[in-house]
Amino acid sequence: MTRASLPLKIAALGGLAFLHVPLVFILLYCFTTEERSYAFPPPGFTLKWFGVVWERADIWQAVGLSLKVACLATAVALVLGTLAAGALARARFFGREPVSLLFVLPIALPGIVTGIALRQAFGLMEIPFSFWTIVLGHATFCIVVVYNNAVARLRRLSPSLIEASMDLGADAFQTFRLVVLPNVGTALLAGGMLAFALSFDEVIVTTFTAGQQSTLPIWMLSELIRPRQRPVTNVVAVLVIAVTFLPILAAYYLTREGEAVAGSGK
Amino acid sequence: MIAAPAASASVPAVRFAGVVRHFGAVKAADGVDLAVAPGEFFAMLGPSGSGKTTCLRLIAGFEQPDAGHIEIFGETVEGLPPYRRAVNTVFQDYALFPHLSVGENVAYGLRVRGVGRAERERLAREALGLVKLGGMETRRPAQLSGGQRQRVALARALVLRPKVLLLDEPLGALDLKLREEMQVELKGLQRALGLTFVFVTHDQGEALSMADRVAVFNEGRIVQVGPPEEVYERPATRFVAGFVGAANVLSAQEAAALGAPARAASLRPEKIGLIGVNGVAPDGVAALEAEVIDVSYQGPVRRITTRTANGHVIAAAVPAAQTVDVGPGAKVRLAVPLGALHPMEGEG
Repeated sequence: MTRASLPLKIAALGGLAFLHVPLVFILLYCFTTEERSYAFPPPGFTLKWFGVVWERADIWQAVGLSLKVACLATAVALVLGTLAAGALARARFFGREPVSLLFVLPIALPGIVTGIALRQAFGLMEIPFSFWTIVLGHATFCIVVVYNNAVARLRRLSPSLIEASMDLGADAFQTFRLVVLPNVGTALLAGGMLAFALSFDEVIVTTFTAGQQSTLPIWMLSELIRPRQRPVTNVVAVLVIAVTFLPILAAYYLTREGEAVAGSGK
Repeated sequence: MIAAPAASASVPAVRFAGVVRHFGAVKAADGVDLAVAPGEFFAMLGPSGSGKTTCLRLIAGFEQPDAGHIEIFGETVEGLPPYRRAVNTVFQDYALFPHLSVGENVAYGLRVRGVGRAERERLAREALGLVKLGGMETRRPAQLSGGQRQRVALARALVLRPKVLLLDEPLGALDLKLREEMQVELKGLQRALGLTFVFVTHDQGEALSMADRVAVFNEGRIVQVGPPEEVYERPATRFVAGFVGAANVLSAQEAAALGAPARAASLRPEKIGLIGVNGVAPDGVAALEAEVIDVSYQGPVRRITTRTANGHVIAAAVPAAQTVDVGPGAKVRLAVPLGALHPMEGEG
């Protein structure tokens, strides 16, 4: 191994700083005493914003809604994504490639297109915007993440394992439970965690599909306009980092030995 | 030799009647009739793409016939899924479950049948003992050698006491020494358990040495069925003569020129001897002038490829000690016992 040259080291450090210094500021201004504007350096340090967050019902409502939406969207995605992957991983039929492209398309489309399309569809079908329309909106891209992970793992699963299971007397359901699921389990877990993280901080699709509810990201967006108690959003942002970072990290470790976590770019 | 099955009173272990299976334009099985006797070691031999594996998969239930009829011990099985058939398969790649231990792999079939834990562990141990893998229950398949995996696959199938055991190229992935060991062992197991074995191979040596009867497949059809000696000594067609033991095939005229009946005939290389230039061929042996084009040493024999005066290539396998001074370009006289010429019925 050759050692990296000095300019390269500087460039690498610069890149890392570019990515992460803003996060440091988020953390720093959780503790500032100045609530209207952010001056550097912060005039003083306090922990009172954590207390304020703790007591504000609107925040906890938003957190609760976001968690519920993310859980449900992930559950829907796990079921539908796994089924779709099972159908498309190995079967050969006319139109298979277009169909699998259609499954992945929602993640490639800009969220704003997905959002407006869903909004118009819900409107035309006269479905009132509610908690459930948010879940459906999130499920569109969560399915892709689960599907991508599951399909990659299923393709690596030797087809003779399934035949062997059937040969030994297991019906389709037993084969799925005893052979397929244990072999794709970690891929599903990783896909599910990623789906959860994507849903938890989604803004664009949510804006178009929500009624009066505000999920946590929407709440933060509205909070930015207000002049008072600014550090509160910082505290919440740190919470969001914690909630979304941990599952992504876990997903990364779970699939590290296998394939890359496809579709993590949304 | 095992008695011919069809005529006996017993029901065939496996019976095919006019079985057809097409994949698009490919006729994988194109009207196959066969009857495997109970307790028989039956080999399905043929080149890749000849339909032998498709026939095995038709017995297992992984494929369903497009036409024709399949019975296992008298029971019609068309439409039955694999898990409702009393047959088990040893897969070419063994197909061991990577997430289960060796013991759990062997017990898998018992588990899905609802056999209790203690009982299935006992049976799995017994089956592993049978294939000489006692004490390996807790290992993972990934920790085993190829030969050991093969034995686990065998134990996993045998523990269910199938009426017919199907083996798909069971020895293909093993090295030569292991393969010879396993040939003896498989044969021993089959005899000891009295089970019907149907195995698929493209290796004629394997088929001849292990099977009670061999079915030779070509292009979706069985071209000859019989005991190994019969298939080897009296190939029914050009294809069988060439595929099983690489026999010489003489045309009707060539056979006639040697003084045999004017019919296409096969001639095994090892039946051919050499006569010294001035030697006289004994009665019933035709002498054939030829020029050596290649000599290859094969241990006990030398394979001498020659060209006769009319341009026909004939290979002879002669004991190595007798042919030390024979080299390419040498003129030789081949001794062809007329009794070794076996006339063939078909031209296929």
